Amino acid sequence: MGKVIVVTSGKGGVGKTTSSAALGAALAQGGEKVVVVDFDVGLRNLDLVMGAERRVVYDLVNVIQGEAKLTQALIRDKRVETLYLLPASQTRDKDNLTPEGVEKVIAALKNAFDWVICDSPAGIERGATLAMRHADVAIVVTNPEVSSVRDSDRIIGLLDSKTLKAENGERVEKHLLLTRYDALRAERGDMLKVDDVLEILSIPLLGIIPESMDVLRASNVGAPVTLADNRSAPAIAYFEATRRLKGENLPITIPGDKRGFFGKIFGRKAA
Amino acid sequence: MNLFRFFSRAQSAPAARERLQVLLAHERAATGDIDLVNKLRDEILKAISKHMQVDDEKVTIKMERGPQVSTLAVDIEIPFDAGKKAA
Repeated sequence: MGKVIVVTSGKGGVGKTTSSAALGAALAQGGEKVVVVDFDVGLRNLDLVMGAERRVVYDLVNVIQGEAKLTQALIRDKRVETLYLLPASQTRDKDNLTPEGVEKVIAALKNAFDWVICDSPAGIERGATLAMRHADVAIVVTNPEVSSVRDSDRIIGLLDSKTLKAENGERVEKHLLLTRYDALRAERGDMLKVDDVLEILSIPLLGIIPESMDVLRASNVGAPVTLADNRSAPAIAYFEATRRLKGENLPITIPGDKRGFFGKIFGRKAA
Repeated sequence: MNLFRFFSRAQSAPAARERLQVLLAHERAATGDIDLVNKLRDEILKAISKHMQVDDEKVTIKMERGPQVSTLAVDIEIPFDAGKKAA
């Protein structure tokens, strides 16, 4: 039986889709069978970030409405053979996502995969609540920035009330993934520090992903960060987060490039 | 190795530009309900189901939308006695 993970944040643009793709790919690169599900009906983008946009045949809504079988809608990654994508619909309304339909799809995916990663849309509406509904584990993606932290707090509240686990008196396991972190600016006092965010949100830290050009570069070419360049600083950070997700007790490192221009050129190992 | 990596990296923005152009050309065409590839897919399946009971699990459909041409591959397992069952 696979584990269901929701990647959520409340606020848009903080890195949910990037993180869903990177964590999914990292797990699959380690041999696990992974499906990444796009819940952003009407504004799908996971297909683009994973480089499968030209190969979408059917989508989540087609499966829910019975127009296609689940196996027909799944797109297998061309680089990692245990990585699959279930795209969202681009043309349909998000009202086509029914709780019963989502429940059936998630149950079927849990049977076939080790990890089911649900990429939540921004906001706290239907798409977001349905994406988190069946989660065993939630990854709250947060930027060190006031509005993102506030929205994450709101989402944590929803995870504790609107999920199936919460309704059954259990708890969804919650982890914080701090993205777009710039150690230099935090050091200078111009960015919230890791400890500041942790103190405010008080959920355990899964990892810190540095602000990096490599993230944009990966999305340009349609590859998850961990596949585009597996030695880049954000890739290394995602690999470490993945190991923690699998239960490994790995100390958190703050990725930071404190060296100057020449240091950057001659020693790009910093992570 | 690090130096090599730094200088040998190809630009990624041209790839982004090309991918977006192809994708958006297809998406804009689709809003006018003239997404030919989707239409063909549906009609091919409809035509086949007239002659045999189509087992969804035995149908594989693959699409690849390109800048000049798209491809649609419909792979259907047709059992030996399929025609008789439908009759």
